[in-house]
Amino acid sequence: MDYEAVIGLEVHVHLKTKTKAFCGCSTLFGQEPNSQVCPVCLGFPGSLPVFNQQALFYALKAALALNCQVQSYTKFDRKNYFYPDLPKNYQISQYDLPLSRDGFLNVSTEGETQRIGIRRVHMEEDAGKLIHKEDISLVDFNRSGIPLLEIVSEPDINSPAQAYEYLLALKCILEYLEVSDCDMEKGSLRCDANVSVRKKGSKDLGTKTELKNMNSFRAVRDALSFEIERQKELLDGGNKIVQQTLLWDERESKTILMRTKEEAQDYRYFPEPDLSAFNIDRALIEEVKSTIPELPQEKKVRFMKEYGLSDYDAKILVASKKDADFAEECMKQYQGQDKKPIANWLIGPLASVASASGKSIFEVKIPGGTEELIKLINLEKQGHISNLMAKSVLNESIASGVPSLTIIQEKNLFQVSDESVLEKTVDEVILDNPRVASDYRSGKTNALMFLVGQAMKKSQGKANPKIVQEILKRRLEHAS
Amino acid sequence: MELNKLTAHELFENKSTSAKIIESLKSQIKDTESKVKAYVRLSDLEFSDSELRAPSSELKGIPVSVKDNICTDGLDTQCCSKILEGFKPPYDAMVIRKLKEAGVSLCNVKTNMDEFAFGSSTENSCFGPTHNPWNLECVPGGSSGGSAAAVASDEAILALGSDTGGSIRQPASFCGVVGLKPTYGRVSRYGLIAFASSLDQIGPLTKDVKDSALLMNVIAGHDPMDATSADIQVPDYTKSLVKDVEGLRIGLPKEYFIEGLDPEVKKALEESVDRLRTLGVEFKDVGLPHTEFAVPVYYIIATAEASSNLARFDGVQYGFRTKASKTATSGLIEMYKKTRGEGFGEEAKRRIILGTFALSHGYYDAYYLRASKVRTLIKQDFDKVFEECDCILTPTSPTPAFKIGEKIDDPLKMYLSDIYTISANLAGLPAISVPCGFTKKGLPVGLQLLAKAFDEETLFRMAYTYEQNTPWHKMKPKL
Repeated sequence: MDYEAVIGLEVHVHLKTKTKAFCGCSTLFGQEPNSQVCPVCLGFPGSLPVFNQQALFYALKAALALNCQVQSYTKFDRKNYFYPDLPKNYQISQYDLPLSRDGFLNVSTEGETQRIGIRRVHMEEDAGKLIHKEDISLVDFNRSGIPLLEIVSEPDINSPAQAYEYLLALKCILEYLEVSDCDMEKGSLRCDANVSVRKKGSKDLGTKTELKNMNSFRAVRDALSFEIERQKELLDGGNKIVQQTLLWDERESKTILMRTKEEAQDYRYFPEPDLSAFNIDRALIEEVKSTIPELPQEKKVRFMKEYGLSDYDAKILVASKKDADFAEECMKQYQGQDKKPIANWLIGPLASVASASGKSIFEVKIPGGTEELIKLINLEKQGHISNLMAKSVLNESIASGVPSLTIIQEKNLFQVSDESVLEKTVDEVILDNPRVASDYRSGKTNALMFLVGQAMKKSQGKANPKIVQEILKRRLEHAS
Repeated sequence: MELNKLTAHELFENKSTSAKIIESLKSQIKDTESKVKAYVRLSDLEFSDSELRAPSSELKGIPVSVKDNICTDGLDTQCCSKILEGFKPPYDAMVIRKLKEAGVSLCNVKTNMDEFAFGSSTENSCFGPTHNPWNLECVPGGSSGGSAAAVASDEAILALGSDTGGSIRQPASFCGVVGLKPTYGRVSRYGLIAFASSLDQIGPLTKDVKDSALLMNVIAGHDPMDATSADIQVPDYTKSLVKDVEGLRIGLPKEYFIEGLDPEVKKALEESVDRLRTLGVEFKDVGLPHTEFAVPVYYIIATAEASSNLARFDGVQYGFRTKASKTATSGLIEMYKKTRGEGFGEEAKRRIILGTFALSHGYYDAYYLRASKVRTLIKQDFDKVFEECDCILTPTSPTPAFKIGEKIDDPLKMYLSDIYTISANLAGLPAISVPCGFTKKGLPVGLQLLAKAFDEETLFRMAYTYEQNTPWHKMKPKL
């Protein structure tokens, strides 16, 4: 039977405030366990939460950028459950009056753009972290109380690939807003998924399962694929789907049962009496709006229009705000009308240098800065230096810290296009390789490329290959 | 002269030294504490040296005794519950910080209370009951029974209690002292181990109204660490201590003078009304029509909040942990169950179960949500009355102090002893209990005055005028 998947994602991101959501403790990652704690985030008796206004500001920024309706009146609630990483045994969260609702995110998968609804964006606090040793468990409360944003999508996602793209797009926006690091490895972004399948074209929803413990976007995609297949097989075999929560086992590439619906917890939500409900006034919303930068989608369209970039190039360049800013700086410095060479250089040679050291392009330290990079690109564009040479100069410059132009001048790497000089080189190559030359003359045309290569080698890469080729052809064809 | 029998303002006028006051308190405690049992962990008894950071303060060097649910840095604070055995908070409650800044001397051992403030008799304490100084067979009221008894027996000059449904006022009336529950938000709750967060307030238990005002001058005020604390200017409450109530209007809610009200309490109240009338107060019969719902609403909201507030006592980080359980994660649920099963007393368990039920899926709307709505109606009742009255006068408790053991097995009966005090907490209003007479058997009776939110001034003015025209606050129990 033909099925379609129905997927909803629940994403939690840390807001990168300096201090925690309800106390003054630092949110720094990777510190000594239990060194960033106080009576409030340890849930000590008598301590009380005070809401961090910066967290509200960041949360509003995200909600607005995700096209949500910000509620004028909102409150915190307590979500009650027992777990050792939760010091109060309740989490301060938001239940029936969340910060915002009814947003959306445009996601393009395989060239097609679809609008994915966002049901709600609300604020809550993170729990601590359990560290299991052989026969004991330890708790690190450094993370306890870090502000979290929960972003719940509508079940509008139809494939694992689309879920993957949704996550990329969401992460990209949050990074643009500079409200979260969105680093799954550090736990500053986490994702759970709800998934069900139904007959293609059907309007009814099937029984869903919840997937947890996915530690990367790829894991989300893989877990969804696995689970969709599992559900399809069950249905094809005439079985029913059981509502349950499953854990993704990355090593085994399969899901394992965590709990069934009967074991589902009753969180006994009720309004947090330690924090009064509050109004969000228009002035604050306007203030937050004024801090929202150009978002990736808009930037991409503008790059295409303003700089004549292709959809593909623009998409790559806007994937990170800092890279996009860097790219734009380069394009502005570059005098040429057509900015395509800049895009090529950034996506090509510079990106490979960057990725070799695990960096983004904006992080690469270019000796002499972007100006020097533009000069190098110009030299290549104008034929003063070969493309290959230019790339190797860039690599050398970054490795040694010496500016590109200095390297070119010191080593005299300018491309040689002077025919009288090149004719001499070509003649020497023909003399050195009589057999190859005769091969060419007898019709083996690819022998020519070998000779070009030899000429390039002889000129230490400086010869203009186009001209070398012309001279070679001329000499071999006419001198016979 | 026995300094411990004086009030704080008398000690200030006498220029008594802190050392002398402490000496006389210790001697009183030595004499009578074995009968009263107002304090817990008494073997460690000491008073701190006052730090004279506020040389002009009238409370400089005056000792203050503190209820066992108010956090004191490095000193045991355990809400008279086994589950907080050995817990020494790493910080001071905001009220303690303020007292220290005012230069008071703090008693390092705490006053007895019902476990987590759950009770009206101080019988629900893991340390055993406190006895009423006026009749040792009777309860001192609760939950701040230790603080009230300490002040009444002159084992304390001043004391702090907490009031969630009457826990300052009811013991004040049972012990013949003055007890004030401030407006919700007037005094910081930071460091008060929560019972019901939307109802709790810390307040003074004192020998007279002036001391109450003096203590309030120190502890009241906005605290950025408590998001429910009000950022409203605090007046100098001693300015309200004028013997003049001419033209003030008091409302007498008919719903409070009903069946179940002890005839002797009723008589004392009526005499008080007459006394105030001769002093120029105008009385008016008023209605608080939703009064009958106060007790049920309270026992839903208070237990719901308590069930969540007490969840943190699980044996993981601090306090008591069962010896009967493994530490491994596999034994986690067992550890929780046994720790809480062994650590909490009967009443705590009863309230946790009630509150958990009231918040449960499928019951929330019928209980908690409905109760919250009725709470608003109760508040509106008061708003209406205060449009035409400056104060409301009621009995503090329907009966004088009852016998130890009399109601302990009948929770419903016990809950009704707070019937007159609960509404002030639900509405967030300030209310004070002042002594207004004695029964034939010599037990104190208290009257309660309520005022508009943040109008403690009117309470002080009315209570002070009444007190200065009656002999009750001068009476001392014979111990």
